[in-house]
Amino acid sequence: MLTSAERQRGYAGGGVVFAGIVLFIALAVFALLSFDSGETDRPLFDAYVWRILRFTLWQAGLSTLLSLALALPVALALARQPKFPGRIWIIRLMAVPMGLPVLIGALGLIGIWGRTGILNSALAAIGLSEPISIYGLSGILIAHVFFNLPLACRLLLAGLERLPPDYWRLSASLGLPALSVFRFVEWPAVKPLLAGVAGLVFMLCATSFTLVLVLGGGPAATTLEVAIYQSLRFDFDPARAISLALLQIAVTATILALMALLPTPSADSTATGRAARRFDGTGFGARAWDRIIVVLAVLFLCLPLASILLAGLKADFARLLTAPVFWKAAWTSLWIAFLAGLISLTTSIAIINARAAITDARKPGLTARGFSALLASLSSLVLLVPPVVIGTGWFLLLRPYGDVASFAPLLVVMINAMTALPFVIRVLSPAFATHRQYTARQTANLGIFGFSRLRLIDLPVLTAPLATAFSFAMALSLGDLGAVALFGSEDLVTLPWLVYSRLGSYRTADADGFALILALLCLGLTIAGTVGQRGRKDDGS
Amino acid sequence: MTSNQPSGIRLQNVSLTLGTKNFRFDCELPAGAITAITGPSGSGKSTLLNLIAGFETSESGRVIIGATNVTALHPSQRPVSLVFQDNNLFAHLDLATNIGLGIHPSLKLSAPDGKRISTALERVGLAGYEKRKPGTLSGGERQRAAFARALVRERPVLLLDEPFAALDPGLRQSMAALLLELHRETRNTVAIVTHDAGELRQLADHALFIDHGEITLQAEIAVFLMRRDVPGLTEFLDL
Repeated sequence: MLTSAERQRGYAGGGVVFAGIVLFIALAVFALLSFDSGETDRPLFDAYVWRILRFTLWQAGLSTLLSLALALPVALALARQPKFPGRIWIIRLMAVPMGLPVLIGALGLIGIWGRTGILNSALAAIGLSEPISIYGLSGILIAHVFFNLPLACRLLLAGLERLPPDYWRLSASLGLPALSVFRFVEWPAVKPLLAGVAGLVFMLCATSFTLVLVLGGGPAATTLEVAIYQSLRFDFDPARAISLALLQIAVTATILALMALLPTPSADSTATGRAARRFDGTGFGARAWDRIIVVLAVLFLCLPLASILLAGLKADFARLLTAPVFWKAAWTSLWIAFLAGLISLTTSIAIINARAAITDARKPGLTARGFSALLASLSSLVLLVPPVVIGTGWFLLLRPYGDVASFAPLLVVMINAMTALPFVIRVLSPAFATHRQYTARQTANLGIFGFSRLRLIDLPVLTAPLATAFSFAMALSLGDLGAVALFGSEDLVTLPWLVYSRLGSYRTADADGFALILALLCLGLTIAGTVGQRGRKDDGS
Repeated sequence: MTSNQPSGIRLQNVSLTLGTKNFRFDCELPAGAITAITGPSGSGKSTLLNLIAGFETSESGRVIIGATNVTALHPSQRPVSLVFQDNNLFAHLDLATNIGLGIHPSLKLSAPDGKRISTALERVGLAGYEKRKPGTLSGGERQRAAFARALVRERPVLLLDEPFAALDPGLRQSMAALLLELHRETRNTVAIVTHDAGELRQLADHALFIDHGEITLQAEIAVFLMRRDVPGLTEFLDL
């Protein structure tokens, strides 16, 4: 239903964006592969590299197992208690760690689980001497569970709430005991989701950078991503960085390939607190169990968040806010985030429009269909090569052309834009598809094209999802430490980098203060992005 | 294209493949008459309409409206107005804007145009509804607004794809009556896809029966209703 001019514009935009992204990633990988370290005696993969790989997979596996094992009872409890007080807020709380900058989450966790955190203080008070460490493997596991338990819980809960309400009536009329309900109703609903959720969580944990950087880091607790960073930033050993990067790509490629075989988990429409009526879970034992599980989960998630707030409020804001370095960092962060958001948004729109143009040609040729599939896989390509690898590649590539520090901001912008791409596409793609479905035939019949269509038809409807996607991309970039860690310097200070460097120099109070400011900025952006969506659900023509 | 001269529609050996389904249409919809397009679900009724409107392009054969071969023309260049079952209006725009877009696609409207919009709304029984958003209207009112837009567009052909299917039976009756009135005023050529044998009897001058992507009967309504030898038709009419 597009005019041929519209269709050609769609193809062209998709082509430019595709070439740009592939070039950006491929050049980085090419630079890595062709780097000549001058050493010939050292094997590409030595014992150290293998140890790092083993730890990466080991911690990711354990994190996945723990996240899922703990998320399952929480999801079951929330599903069984549709009238739990504040249930909808608990479900919303589960979305917070996803939007929280990872570094800030780590600070909150240190506040609770750290040496002087309330948990270990309480344990010390009853006679145990600091049995839990937030650093090393145990710390990495706690942090990964903190970020991934809520995600897994939402996806599993959505699966449970997709069950037809009749199942619960039927179980009640048959008088099934709780164990039978689990065996015959709940488990069959959850089981097919587990593989997909596990894949997602494993991917996130295997490529986790900031948490491992802050909480791990020693030779015994380092993942591939952090090891790449350390070998470049501290040891300046590009050869090692290359072997690590190649392994990293192999690992992510394997996970992505396996995930492609699994069903994609979805938190669609259901995890909004609109739960079916349940007739079980009313007995004393069941209610007590559900309550204890949910309260523990809420405490686990809320305490670190509260710690961020309380620790942050103790900071000397008068000093922090007048420090020139803060304003410099805030300004740098904001314009990097703004540009990254803008690039991510335009790139996503080009990809979506190109794919729509290909679908619109009713019988796209093999080339067109192949191109559409390639465009769809761009998101995965971005995930395949982690930011620190892209950064490393471009670092090597640009080194001969002068001081890398002068290119650094641009690289950080590009890397952040790429990182946000899958999320932006996920927000925009369904919104664009629905809008097209409602308006395509009308606009084609009435002959509304170009600027008129943009002004009258598209912008009024798509501004809200565009704002959501843009603010989400900005928040992601604003809270990111991964890209800037490689290039951060006196000249390039962002807010997360400021928090991290304060933490590194043991000025914890300053770090807490800056962290609170950053958390509020990200929260503000997220709220600003979702405001436009309210009250837009009334139309039904 | 904005003339009120009725234009007949001819599909000459039009063929199209969608997925695994093959369609072959060869038919004539007489000028200034209402032609009903009927048949079982999935038989190709909407596909026929989409070919006339330009949402599907035929792989061979020709689509002719009036004296013009429109086979390769974009939907916006064909002399047709459309009313679907739903989504006829842009939900975020008020009725005046929605109808105004039918007069000028970039909404460059003059004062007389505003008058025309009001008159059209009045004609379909929605006087004073200019500033209302589609979401605040009932299903029947939204279809009336869609008719008002078709009125101001003054295209010689009006295509309707089950326009009343989402409405209550009582409302269908009065909407069909409104359609008939408007048709008698404008003398346009109407093609209406319908599942409803009652609607067929009330509205149509001619009728087509489509089965498995082919037209198995095209005739004047009196003849159409008498035929007992077309597979599937009897069951359809007795519905």
